[in-house]
Amino acid sequence: MRVGSRRFIVSALAVPVILYCVLVISPYAQAFYISLTDWNGLSAHRDFIGLANYTRLVTDGVFWTSLWHNVIAVVVIPVVTLALGLFFATMIRVGRYRARGGSAGVRGGGVYRVAYFFPHVLSVAIVGVLFSSVYDPTSSGLLNGALGAVGIDPVNWLGDKQTAYGAILAVIIWLSVGFYVVLFNSSMSSIPAELFEAARIDGASRWQTFWRLTLPLIWDTVQVAGVYLGIHALDMFAIVNVMSAAGGSGGPDNATQVLGNYLYLTAFADSEFGYSTAIGVALLVLTLLFAWVSLRLTRRERVEY
Amino acid sequence: MSLKTKLLKTEDGPPPPGTRPAPRASRPTAGPAPDRSIGGTTLNVFSHGILLTWTVLVVVPLAWAVLSSFKSTDEVIGDPWSLPSKLRWENFVEAWTTAEIGRYFVNTTIVVALGSALTLGMGALVAYVIARYSFRGNRMVYYLFIVGMTFPTFLAIVPLFFIARGLHLANSLPGLAIIYSVYSLPFAVFFLTAYFRTLPAALAEAAFIDGCGHWGTFLRIMLPVARPGLVSVGVFVVLGQWNQYLLPLVLQSSPDKYVLSQGLANLAVSQGYAGNWSALFAGLTISILPVLVVFLSFQRQIQAGMVAGALK
Repeated sequence: MRVGSRRFIVSALAVPVILYCVLVISPYAQAFYISLTDWNGLSAHRDFIGLANYTRLVTDGVFWTSLWHNVIAVVVIPVVTLALGLFFATMIRVGRYRARGGSAGVRGGGVYRVAYFFPHVLSVAIVGVLFSSVYDPTSSGLLNGALGAVGIDPVNWLGDKQTAYGAILAVIIWLSVGFYVVLFNSSMSSIPAELFEAARIDGASRWQTFWRLTLPLIWDTVQVAGVYLGIHALDMFAIVNVMSAAGGSGGPDNATQVLGNYLYLTAFADSEFGYSTAIGVALLVLTLLFAWVSLRLTRRERVEY
Repeated sequence: MSLKTKLLKTEDGPPPPGTRPAPRASRPTAGPAPDRSIGGTTLNVFSHGILLTWTVLVVVPLAWAVLSSFKSTDEVIGDPWSLPSKLRWENFVEAWTTAEIGRYFVNTTIVVALGSALTLGMGALVAYVIARYSFRGNRMVYYLFIVGMTFPTFLAIVPLFFIARGLHLANSLPGLAIIYSVYSLPFAVFFLTAYFRTLPAALAEAAFIDGCGHWGTFLRIMLPVARPGLVSVGVFVVLGQWNQYLLPLVLQSSPDKYVLSQGLANLAVSQGYAGNWSALFAGLTISILPVLVVFLSFQRQIQAGMVAGALK
């Protein structure tokens, strides 16, 4: 240890650690206690009511509907996004075949990656506003206008219970795919060319090469991507709050309700802070459960190359 | 799909998907060349077709919003696939001033710039100390920050709302920037600690021998050397904070402190009642185009930074 180390350590850590403890750690710690009270936020007064908020959760139909929607998102968004991402990344690399050895650029490959990636840097809320107009129930909406051209009557995408949640999931997939195309493309390009050469000489078809060679070699990346997408799918707050009927109600009739939005409405529309914090604890449990399950499911021998 | 299988079947053998370019030109002996190049062309056309379809799906909604922002409200209500009859720049003026998109835009820029700078500054400092100094409680500080990464922000939002009001951080742009930065801090500390560990210890040693103090070593030697790591983390932090919706929605209740995402969502609801669609589209375009310009100018760094971050 050098002279003055201690003073440096203390002076360097003091401000960040204090701010972090006051604004991040203490709210998390308080949340567990608040979830055991009937606090409505109006007064400092709050009664300790034990697990009453949690027993109420179990019997709350909207809670279960929201939870179910989150589970659907956690399964559908990663599966569809990863499948499309792998498919497009493979297609870009197939195009690359024609490029002469060593040259980095494919005709158009870079353009695709730029175009695909762009939605990912837009704010989710802004994308939500855009797609609310795309899904406009009249024929002035982009989608219904296109359907009208082939003689299909306008569909009330966000107003119909059948289509509303699917329409919202599609937007999340729309904005996520590009990032994974770029990610997989980059991890595929780190696979040594000799391996593909060898597979080709052995007469492997494209299909076999993909399943037996490419996918196992980038499996680590796919796995991380899946967990990352799943954790984001547990959120869904911004998109539902922006796109769902009547200004973020999670409607129509809770058809698009997710835990994040339900928590927000319970706290800041109904002032039931105790109960909404209990929903937050449930969301934490769900997050940890998802992380644990996905780590178990995807554990697999790492392939070295 | 049947087209795909057909195309895949008409061709037995090369080139598999995901192939590195086989250096065919330099290898005249490799296989029946004519057959292969025909297969390659068909597949190439097919893959470009698929890739173009998705490009269209991505570009059309965005282009539609930009075109619609030049339309009058009557035209917006009409055929969505028609072009604007003339370029109505006044829509943008209206969105920027009357609809206050300008204010929201400036607010967002201030909060994200300040928030990201604070995140990187505090993150680098904490990470450097954790990575380079051994002291009692070192691990504890590290795990304290890691815990914050595993918890969903939703859990903290109710207590945070009251704490922020108590400390006068709510309804304030610097206040929101501080809150953004502490919530981005776990991520920054996590990646930058790993990054500082990879830097050679000899660097700091040399600086000490040359008479640099602790702060001098950090500010003049380590920070400049860590620049690539800071850029990668910075890209994530800026995008994450630009994307924020929950925190401003809860903390910024007065409209003059709104950030862009929140203001635009609010505008979408109110314009829906007022029926002023052209201002909404102009607002959307104002929110999208600057991001597009920044993205196109830095897309190489952004893509590389984000991909590198995800692969670690």
